[in-house]
Amino acid sequence: MNDSTFPHHISQQFDADLEEVRNNVLAMGGLVEQQLANALTALTENDVSLGEEVITNDYKVNALEVTIDEECNRILALRQPTAIDLRLIVAIIKTITDMERIGDEAEKIGHLAVQLADQGGNDKFSALAHLGEHSRRMVHDALDAFARLDVEQAIQVVKEDLKTDREYEAISRQLITFMMEDPRSISRFLNVMWAARSLERIGDHARNICEYIIYLVKGKDVRHTSLEKMEQAAREPR
Amino acid sequence: MYENSTNIPAVDVDALQGGASSGATLEDEKIAIEVKNLNFYYGDSQALKGIDMVIPENRVTAFIGPSGCGKSTLLRCFNRMNDLIDDTRIEGEILLHGQNIYDKVVNVADLRRRVGMVFQKPNPFPKSIFENVAYGLRIQGINDRRRLAEVVERSLKGAALWDEVKDRLDDNALGLSGGQQQRLVIARAIAIEPEVLLLDEPASALDPISTLKLEELIYELKSSYTIIIVTHNMQQAARVSDYCTFLLMGELIEMANTNTLFTNPQQKQTEDYITGRYG
Repeated sequence: MNDSTFPHHISQQFDADLEEVRNNVLAMGGLVEQQLANALTALTENDVSLGEEVITNDYKVNALEVTIDEECNRILALRQPTAIDLRLIVAIIKTITDMERIGDEAEKIGHLAVQLADQGGNDKFSALAHLGEHSRRMVHDALDAFARLDVEQAIQVVKEDLKTDREYEAISRQLITFMMEDPRSISRFLNVMWAARSLERIGDHARNICEYIIYLVKGKDVRHTSLEKMEQAAREPR
Repeated sequence: MYENSTNIPAVDVDALQGGASSGATLEDEKIAIEVKNLNFYYGDSQALKGIDMVIPENRVTAFIGPSGCGKSTLLRCFNRMNDLIDDTRIEGEILLHGQNIYDKVVNVADLRRRVGMVFQKPNPFPKSIFENVAYGLRIQGINDRRRLAEVVERSLKGAALWDEVKDRLDDNALGLSGGQQQRLVIARAIAIEPEVLLLDEPASALDPISTLKLEELIYELKSSYTIIIVTHNMQQAARVSDYCTFLLMGELIEMANTNTLFTNPQQKQTEDYITGRYG
């Protein structure tokens, strides 16, 4: 995080506490990103062992969520943060919930990768790989925006989410056509559908994180508002 | 389980309009006091610089800021306590319900009856609890025992002290605890029914429990009085006040609804101060 937004407190211990929790959030973000990347590789390359690795490693994401939550509780109780410090803690508590869900979706994709490999792979679905790459980049950019408190980049991610929604719809339509053409493969197509669904959800979680970033930096709650309202809030001087 | 659904409190979701409102703004309030371009000097040094502000009626307004920022000086301007300090000078106007309190025709004793004050250290008189509260009425010439007893009871109840002292009203007030003494002087201040109550660090000499009782009292008193409180304790300002004013080096930096000021202050200096980055 940049120093002009967070100059030092009189209490250096408070600085140290905030620094630690920020670092843990970034570490959790890195872990979630890695889990998602591995899940996608497992899915596109029919790599069963990598898929299983993703499933096994989900506990690490969960453990970090619990740890960060505890740290935030402690800071709230002992330091009574205000203004940007308060918004940072609130944004972190919400962000890690979404990151944990991204972790869960990655785990789900890991399961689906294992099943699909068993069912003969999903070679026909380059669109799924594209959606996966798109969602992964959104997660990366959202975490990057969080690390740099970059409101413009956060807005960009929100825009990307609208695209992933459309991609997901296109994939669903395509899959329904495939299912009608080849009813024997419905269970396999359904697994592909679940994977696409998970990726679309991951995009939504990345978008949520970006909304918290705007709240953190600008002090404006932009959840459940239009993109125009969000851009307006992001551009307004504080 | 569904039978219980009638017990669920109703919330008018439509009224929330996408989030609990952070509260009213000064434009929505009735104004009790208006300060216009106020400058104040101790000798050559200027303690207040061009203060313009309004104090809303029947609300709690808190002044916060580092030591020496002028918040106590500003508070003392509201009942002309600074008149008692030598070599001071004031420019500008303070309008109490439209009348400039620094106008020549204003009777200062009368002003101080309308604008009561409570100080950092409780200062009861070395008299009985009863006489402490009745004092203001006695100097107005009211000596009717029944009338005094009524006012003393009402004031002590108003100051949330009645239950603790009702059986020993004739005891010396100096035998009360610090927290009780502070509530006693508040009872003394409200006995003469002022319009405005000035509280200068009223809880700084009190223990945490007495502090919470005092804060609860402030919350109850605001329905009848316009209250201005100076406090070093920012959490206290956040808890008790409706509006909060941040002063720095004699200047008013920011005044806003307390919820807004503590979650999303607009000025960098305010943010640095309330997050503990000042200095």
